[in-house]
Amino acid sequence: MASSLKCEICGKPATVHLTQIVNNKVYKVDLCEACAKAKGVTDPSGFSLADLLVKAALQPEAAAPTAGTRCPDCGFTALDFKKHGRFGCPSCYETFKEMVNPMLENMHKGVAHVGKVPHSALSRQSVHDRIAKLETELAEAIKTERYEDAARFRDEIAQVKKDASAAATTP
Amino acid sequence: MTLASLIDTPSELTDSASSKTAIVLMTRIRLARNLAGHAFPGWADKTERASIVETCRQALAGTTQMKRGLSVGIEEIGELERQILVERHLISRELSGAKDSAGVVISRDQAFSVMINEEDHLRIQVLRAGFQLKKAWSAINDFDNALESTLDYAFSPTLGYLTACPTNLGTGLRGSAMMHLPGLVLSNQMEKIVRAVNQLGMVVRGLFGEGSDASGSIFQISNQTTLGESEEDIIKRLQAVLQSIIDHEVNAREKLLETDGSKLFDKIGRAFGILQNSHLLTSSEAMNLLSLVRLGVDLGMFAEDRRAVVDRLFIEAQPGHLQHAQKGSFEPEQRDRLRASRLRHEFSTFNRPDFDNVGKN
Ligand SMILES: [Zn+2]
Ligand SMILES: [Zn+2]
Repeated sequence: MASSLKCEICGKPATVHLTQIVNNKVYKVDLCEACAKAKGVTDPSGFSLADLLVKAALQPEAAAPTAGTRCPDCGFTALDFKKHGRFGCPSCYETFKEMVNPMLENMHKGVAHVGKVPHSALSRQSVHDRIAKLETELAEAIKTERYEDAARFRDEIAQVKKDASAAATTP
Repeated sequence: MTLASLIDTPSELTDSASSKTAIVLMTRIRLARNLAGHAFPGWADKTERASIVETCRQALAGTTQMKRGLSVGIEEIGELERQILVERHLISRELSGAKDSAGVVISRDQAFSVMINEEDHLRIQVLRAGFQLKKAWSAINDFDNALESTLDYAFSPTLGYLTACPTNLGTGLRGSAMMHLPGLVLSNQMEKIVRAVNQLGMVVRGLFGEGSDASGSIFQISNQTTLGESEEDIIKRLQAVLQSIIDHEVNAREKLLETDGSKLFDKIGRAFGILQNSHLLTSSEAMNLLSLVRLGVDLGMFAEDRRAVVDRLFIEAQPGHLQHAQKGSFEPEQRDRLRASRLRHEFSTFNRPDFDNVGKN
């Protein structure tokens, strides 16, 4: 019985057997020597059983991913995720949230982030987003010859930029 | 700093650990970070990856932590040098296999290292000798803040730092300690410990080998989950688990001395004899012998200052370091000869174990 276990990645006879208990759920992974090595299981400096856990987490869910959805930012599909165990870009988490969120419950202590927040990066991004939005509105106003609105948008953009650079220089 | 000069400087790990925390050889924390608006390294094309390396290397060059440090593209690092960096825990085996569009930035003291375009755009790491989780967290937190002031991290208010693999979401934090647990191994308790630690959401891995019979009795214990808990709470939980493993190890050693003292003394005495006299030593055997001598230091058979020598040899007996010291490339069998000769030389200056001194300190 034990000798008939096959590597979950390539199907060769498995010689490496790992058991992980996460949040009281047992995950078993069987691998051949080569795949174990390739996945960093024998890597003394690596940390992650990541790949294996993702695969294990996918199995009980059996969330048959629909091949149709593509990440608008990077073109990644749910099948790509099944194959690689990694996502294509940060936006994939929004694109595939229905598939990801149930996985997280098995994988982590909780499903919501309660740790550190990168405040300065976020405020830079929100400034960036606001300016982008105002610029679209400005272009639209010019196109439709609403010059009073256009002047207002232009002033607003200048103000947002001024506030942001003032905030950046004060410690 | 050049790669050559970094390699010729002993790493942070070889700092001697004080006897109180001797069971923990080293503490390490890593943070996974990615840049907003870019595909993750495994999915990005070569041009995008190259531009990410540029952006990250520039941001890192501006931090005080990386002042006069080493910053190199992976293609600038030779095969042997890569292996040495892996053996020092400064890069992962995965990164050492990269062909291009990746890089590493290492601080002058080798305490901080950042891998660029490994699984995530940034894998930030801090290493500290001994049991130093809280200090390590505060150091890496400051470093991360400094980077965040110029880099736009991919972040979601609900999922935290967004990572290529969902197992690293949230804090992206993996804290770990490298522990020397010969007492638990010799008394066959390691399997039980692994199971208990797993149940607490932590992972145990052998450092040189796998599972409960890792050579050298050196294990790495780290947190498994990263989301749903603050960084401080993860550190606190890990700290408590590590402390309890330390207590178990201390108890196991006391018990071994009580019930099977001569067997233990015999093992340590023989290990010393082999290290002083052998002519062929595999890496795994060397680790096991060094591990026994280290236990001998903890028990008072050898002088305290010998521990640092053993810890240095744990790293220097690895194939990459061995070949570098001998300036050449060698077949495994030649390496075993070189390793034995190196260890004979090192141990020729060791005083014989003082078995009567055990339990007197
Ligand atoms: Zn396989
Ligand atoms: Zn995407």
